[in-house]
Amino acid sequence: MSAARPMIRPLPPGATPRRRPNGPLLVAPVTLLFALLLIMPMALVGVLSLQGFDAASGGVLDVWSWHNYAQIVADPYYHEIFLRTFGLAISVTLGTIVLGVPEAWFIFRMSTRWRAFFLILTLGPLFISAVVRTLGWSILLDGQGVVAQLLVALHLVDAPPQMLFSFPAVVVVLVHALVPLMVLSVWTSLQSIDPQIANAAISLGAGPLTVWRRIVLPQTAPGILSGSLIVFALSASAFATPALIGGRRLKVVATAAYDEFLHSMNWPMGAAIAVCLLVLNLGTVALYSRVIERRLKRRLGEAAS
Amino acid sequence: MNRNGPFALGFHAAFIVFLIAPLAIVCLVAFTPGNLIGVPTIHFSTRWFQAIVANPDFTQAFSNSLWLATLSGTLAAMLGVPAALGLTRYRFAGRDAINSLLLSPLMIPPVVLGVALLQLFTRVGVSGSFVSLVMAHVMLVFPYCLRLIMASLVATTRDAEHAAVSLGANAWISFRRITLPALVPGIAAGWVLGFASSFDELTATIFIASPTTITLPVRIYMSMTETVDPQVAAVATVIMAVTLGLMFALDRLVGLDKVLTGKH
Repeated sequence: MSAARPMIRPLPPGATPRRRPNGPLLVAPVTLLFALLLIMPMALVGVLSLQGFDAASGGVLDVWSWHNYAQIVADPYYHEIFLRTFGLAISVTLGTIVLGVPEAWFIFRMSTRWRAFFLILTLGPLFISAVVRTLGWSILLDGQGVVAQLLVALHLVDAPPQMLFSFPAVVVVLVHALVPLMVLSVWTSLQSIDPQIANAAISLGAGPLTVWRRIVLPQTAPGILSGSLIVFALSASAFATPALIGGRRLKVVATAAYDEFLHSMNWPMGAAIAVCLLVLNLGTVALYSRVIERRLKRRLGEAAS
Repeated sequence: MNRNGPFALGFHAAFIVFLIAPLAIVCLVAFTPGNLIGVPTIHFSTRWFQAIVANPDFTQAFSNSLWLATLSGTLAAMLGVPAALGLTRYRFAGRDAINSLLLSPLMIPPVVLGVALLQLFTRVGVSGSFVSLVMAHVMLVFPYCLRLIMASLVATTRDAEHAAVSLGANAWISFRRITLPALVPGIAAGWVLGFASSFDELTATIFIASPTTITLPVRIYMSMTETVDPQVAAVATVIMAVTLGLMFALDRLVGLDKVLTGKH
């Protein structure tokens, strides 16, 4: 900016200097909107989470304390919910790595035309609403559903099993929803790989597995790590899939906050759960990216020395 | 480099089936002639599509969703152009902070946003109104819109603008005749992605929609908590068709992988 302006000056003699809109003025409208719709309500949630709740009248009390947080920390009911959510996020992340990393590599090795086609086919489902995807899975996994009937027809099981409302089902459906993000992330880092390195390895007698393990995997590691960060954060805060596929009994943090708000009407407790979800999520992301950065720096440092 | 072997192709085929099967089953079930969830084999029927057209619950939700997505996409794009210009072309105190603030709805779990918005709207006394829904969606879809517009701003060179200004064009004319036309694909892509994200948004909307302002995804969610019937599958198929159309438009405008990575 500052370098460009002298180029177009000086002004012709007698011209009035033209006023240009400045940066703060341009971002002001939307910043105001965000202050009103994001900063203020988030602060209100923080305030609400410190308030009390009267179960008899269903009202919010004007008492201020940390008791909602104390209850979350002390109550095994909440421990189970938070641990389940953590386990879910970890399982989904591992699932997307196992499926997404090889798939990205296989698509990468296709001819240009197939590559574009399958990339779009893989990324497309990301745009499709969570409810639609979840509906599809609940049709597939239902006790009378397609997969159950297929298993019976193949004589793998005697009676059609009910696969809905279980933890593995939630994992599978979330893996399905989020694996495109892993493919995308790995894909982005694959594009910066020099194919000559793999060719050199092959000409020196390396098999496909060795090439994959020693050449491709290390170079795609940043993509895998950033992909797993996104997948972890999104599955830890997922709502529709745990609610519809997991059912009432398999509560996660997001559905617990929803229940406090819209079923128990205990808004202060719901707000406290929401704050915990936010803090844990952002905290994990910050910690994880810091660890990754240090790792990568150390490795790059080794390579340089 | 050698091509994919049989294992790779097998894995790939299984992966694609895994990815597509749940979406395909919804479309198939929507055309079943029976009363229960089933996969049509010989007879296909559009009776469930006729049923949703005759069902005011769904037509109302559909028109709510369309209006909501159109308005919030448009408003987000209108706010996004000046914001993108300000953020990419000017340096001022707090620019980085504002940049992160404007992208933060992507980082905050939608449940938390829903809780926050519900509380705000209840206090102000506009809970469940259509206007409050539009305002919330503008905020929710703004980051997507902003990223695409910023990406296309960064990708354009400023030579033509400098030339226009040196030939005597004022700031407004150089913006309207040079900058804006170059930004059109980016703005269009931002609008489409904003529309699509609003049209698909479920979690935050559940908290703030009322029975009269309910959106299509929320409607499906509500029916799914009770029962899954072919009618829901038909509605889901309609949503999918709309999304596919938007995706196609986005791919034409800027390329899907670029939309997702936010790079140009």
